Amino acid sequence: MQITMTVNGDSVSREVEARVLLVHFLRDVLGLTGTHWGCDTSNCGLCTVLMDGQPVKSCTVLAVMASGHDIRTVEGLASGGTLDPVQQGFMEEHGLQCGFCTPGMMLTARALLDKNPDPSEEVIREAISGQICRCTGYATIVRSIQWAAAHPAGSSQAETPAADPASTDTAEVSV
Amino acid sequence: MQIPAAFEYARAESLDHALQLLAEHGEESRVIAGGHSLLPMMKLRIASPEWLIDINDLSELEHITEDGDWLRVGALARHVSLLESDVVVGHFPIVRDAEKTIADPLVRNRGTIGGSLCQADPAEDLSTVCHVLRAELVIRGPNGERTVPMKELHRGPYETSVEPNEILTEIRWPIRARSSSAYTKVERRVGDWATAAAGASVTLGAQGQIEDVAIGLTAVGLDGSTATRSQDAVRGQQPSEDLYAEAGRLAAEDCNPMGDQRGTEAYKRHLADELTRRVLRTAVGRVMSNAGSRG
Repeated sequence: MQITMTVNGDSVSREVEARVLLVHFLRDVLGLTGTHWGCDTSNCGLCTVLMDGQPVKSCTVLAVMASGHDIRTVEGLASGGTLDPVQQGFMEEHGLQCGFCTPGMMLTARALLDKNPDPSEEVIREAISGQICRCTGYATIVRSIQWAAAHPAGSSQAETPAADPASTDTAEVSV
Repeated sequence: MQIPAAFEYARAESLDHALQLLAEHGEESRVIAGGHSLLPMMKLRIASPEWLIDINDLSELEHITEDGDWLRVGALARHVSLLESDVVVGHFPIVRDAEKTIADPLVRNRGTIGGSLCQADPAEDLSTVCHVLRAELVIRGPNGERTVPMKELHRGPYETSVEPNEILTEIRWPIRARSSSAYTKVERRVGDWATAAAGASVTLGAQGQIEDVAIGLTAVGLDGSTATRSQDAVRGQQPSEDLYAEAGRLAAEDCNPMGDQRGTEAYKRHLADELTRRVLRTAVGRVMSNAGSRG
């Protein structure tokens, strides 16, 4: 059937079978492979995307159910050539090793900060509690999100070291 | 790769339209709301409906409204809405206690109370909550609306008294003075089903005695989810640690848990005992602190 949705700001229309899951629609039909596909059972959270601004597991949403809605994937985080502060934070604070959970983690972080610009560590940990990372032990992911909260305008914002709780050897990080 | 068997899809534009679609497509059609129970079952091919009727656009089923002596909750209210609702936690703190432990935040963004109740999973938390709060359920069908008490909703595991041509539309919880409630759950990790869980609602009388009480247990094989002997032991008595211990002892005796990967039978009976004590203690404490803050 014919479906139309907004993906990263662009309206897309495609003919799909009703049983196609949103994760496969994004990856296989639209070629947006930044949305990862993991456990298939709504446990791991790798496939997290934003649906009308809310993080959802796209392996448990049908593409036809997303028709008429606004979808944002990791490809839609950066604006032009400028990284989202969340992406910047994951670089600065070493928020990833293998990178498999990273797109979903960053989208949940974006949705959290849009709703609550200054979340406590407990709130951050609760927000990402439906997503699994097998590399970092979550500590650096939490610090990455804290970095983004402390730098709402990203790296272009001038921050004094005193006002920046997350600032340690960030100058040495190379990417 | 888990992909559901092929099916046809229709999106309902109103409740009447949804009922019409159900009537049109017959018994092999299923209503889909949040989809976080039905889609996983379809992906495993445990369920293979021929038609899915999507009711996610029916915003008239999303309400959370205080109406006289009742709190009326639309069947499409999401877990996240119940978790974050001040009116819900004000009257029924048991709901927030339970919602905090249901799945994870992303699943709670999609899953609905109506879907949870209609899934009729014996390990599902909101079913115990609705037993304990003595909920009434509003069900709409082609011949109009009917209301059933919670104890008549489930006919058995994964089976409800909502007929194939009907839709659960609203959950109603009675609001009572000098009352409060609590829920507590032991789970192995975030998002797991309960190893065991307990819920209680209490109403205190003018002399501080427990005038009325409901105690429910999740995932321990308790018939109808309600610990009737524990309730009888507590009703009419002054709250005390000895009383909670007696209620817990009876709950552990009366439940019928199965040992599995979440724990042995003995461990689950221990939890039934301990969690019953905790929810009674918390619920009574909440009534007293409400009374104190109002005084």
